[in-house]
Amino acid sequence: MAPVAKLRLDQVSMTFKTPAGTFRALAPVTLSITQGRFVSLIGPSGCGKSTIFNIAAGLLQPSGGRVFIDGAEATGTIGRVGYMLQKDLLLPWRKVLDNVVLGMEIQGLPLRRARERALPLLRRYGLAGFEYLYPNALSGGMRQRAALLRTLLFDTDVILLDEPFGALDAQTKLQMQEWLLALWADFNKTVVFVTHDVEEAIYLSDEVHVMASRPGRVIETIAVPIPRPRQRHVTLLPEFITIKERCLELLALDHNAAADEAA
Amino acid sequence: MTMQETSGIGAPLDLAPAQPAAAQPTATALPAKPARRLPVQKDWPLWVIVTVQIAILVSFIALWQVAADYGWIDGFFWSKPSAIYATLIKFFTEGDAWVDIGFTFRSTISGFLLGTTIGSLLGLSFWWSRNYAAIVQPYLICFESLPKLALAPLVILVFGMGLASKVAIATALTLVVSTLTTYAGVKALDPDGEKLFYSLGASRWQVFRKLVVPFCLPWVISVLRVNIGLALTGAIVGEFIASQHGLGRAILYAGETYDIALVWVAVLVLSTLAIVMYGAVSWLERILRKGIRQ
Repeated sequence: MAPVAKLRLDQVSMTFKTPAGTFRALAPVTLSITQGRFVSLIGPSGCGKSTIFNIAAGLLQPSGGRVFIDGAEATGTIGRVGYMLQKDLLLPWRKVLDNVVLGMEIQGLPLRRARERALPLLRRYGLAGFEYLYPNALSGGMRQRAALLRTLLFDTDVILLDEPFGALDAQTKLQMQEWLLALWADFNKTVVFVTHDVEEAIYLSDEVHVMASRPGRVIETIAVPIPRPRQRHVTLLPEFITIKERCLELLALDHNAAADEAA
Repeated sequence: MTMQETSGIGAPLDLAPAQPAAAQPTATALPAKPARRLPVQKDWPLWVIVTVQIAILVSFIALWQVAADYGWIDGFFWSKPSAIYATLIKFFTEGDAWVDIGFTFRSTISGFLLGTTIGSLLGLSFWWSRNYAAIVQPYLICFESLPKLALAPLVILVFGMGLASKVAIATALTLVVSTLTTYAGVKALDPDGEKLFYSLGASRWQVFRKLVVPFCLPWVISVLRVNIGLALTGAIVGEFIASQHGLGRAILYAGETYDIALVWVAVLVLSTLAIVMYGAVSWLERILRKGIRQ
């Protein structure tokens, strides 16, 4: 028997009713993500990446289709996947440590035990010395680390990351990518990653899903057969560049289609 | 300016026609700018400021005293500092100063606590249901715009002459302010924050306790200072209308018996009470703000 997909979206679609009529945010999308994979979604703004995440996290009831986690239906159930939104959303009245334990706390773990579990991880993953500071004392990169650790410590197998490094400067972004890959290797999570940055998507992922807008849909799935661990210079390999060219081509293609549609 | 003048005078003397024609455009386009410096204000040391402040107060009181003594102003209507001081001593040694102060203080604090607590809880409760908030809101705005002090005589009838009626008026004044301000906090809540909590599998009660309440606390705190003033106003107005004790009643009584010095004494004591309570609430606010680090 073939292994059951960790996270599976089956013909998931979304339409919104607006005063101007119905708006198709998402055409039926089917995605199947295997345990332990790192998968990226790229596409133009408004192609429904965030809608997919909201549906997968149970925060949005899809107009059609179903969500499966480990083969069991999970459409519209919350708390089954870790979800990191674009903003870090650290609570300013809690210290970094208490922000990071939020997920465990909500799941009912006593605060003391949650802190005991979180503390060594904070120290191991670059937040040593920041445990008892308030978030407003942290830099953008440090805040993203704290937000990511909060998502990881929320003990779900699947984590959804919505443009976590979008607001960081180029230098910090590269550091954070390495940091994320180290975490991913240690925790054995299934990661779905949304980004605008094609190079980032390919560098991090096993598989890149390219999306198009109006309506949002997946137009092509590209495997990234570059072995891991990857050094930074893999971005210069011919196969990397071929994949990148293909992605950019697909994104540009969609742009033209949208322009034709408008004309 | 000088350039323009010399070229204007120099031109006919020079007898060279080319020169003034060339000099003219630059001269008219760029009049010489006066050199202007950045205005700098020097701060006086604190002791100078305080000395000036005290000097103003002392000369005001001295002028008042002299004016009354020499008959420049009518001492009967305006009273004078020496008479006020004598009455002040009498008020505290012979009168029931502490009963009045205690009465006004108790009704103010009770009304402040009740109004702020109930108001904040009401404001927070709007988070639970948008429909409920939409239904209640017009009533709330009506109650806010209503001059609540106009209802004071009715409140006295219902709650009687004692402490309860003063507390009720003080509560009515503070409650709406707290409700509306806290509700503003609820409305400022980032929906993504709620999304984060729900994505972690939180219940509504958990979102309320761990997100909504701490987020809205700065709004709750921001009205404390306004509310202590409003509560005092409510208590005094209640005493004006009907009461057996309180500084408000003392002022009214003194006015009715033409004891102007006593009016001033009661106002002075009332102001002191107001300043003390305002200071206490400001201190409480600082402590609370430090506690939540917003």
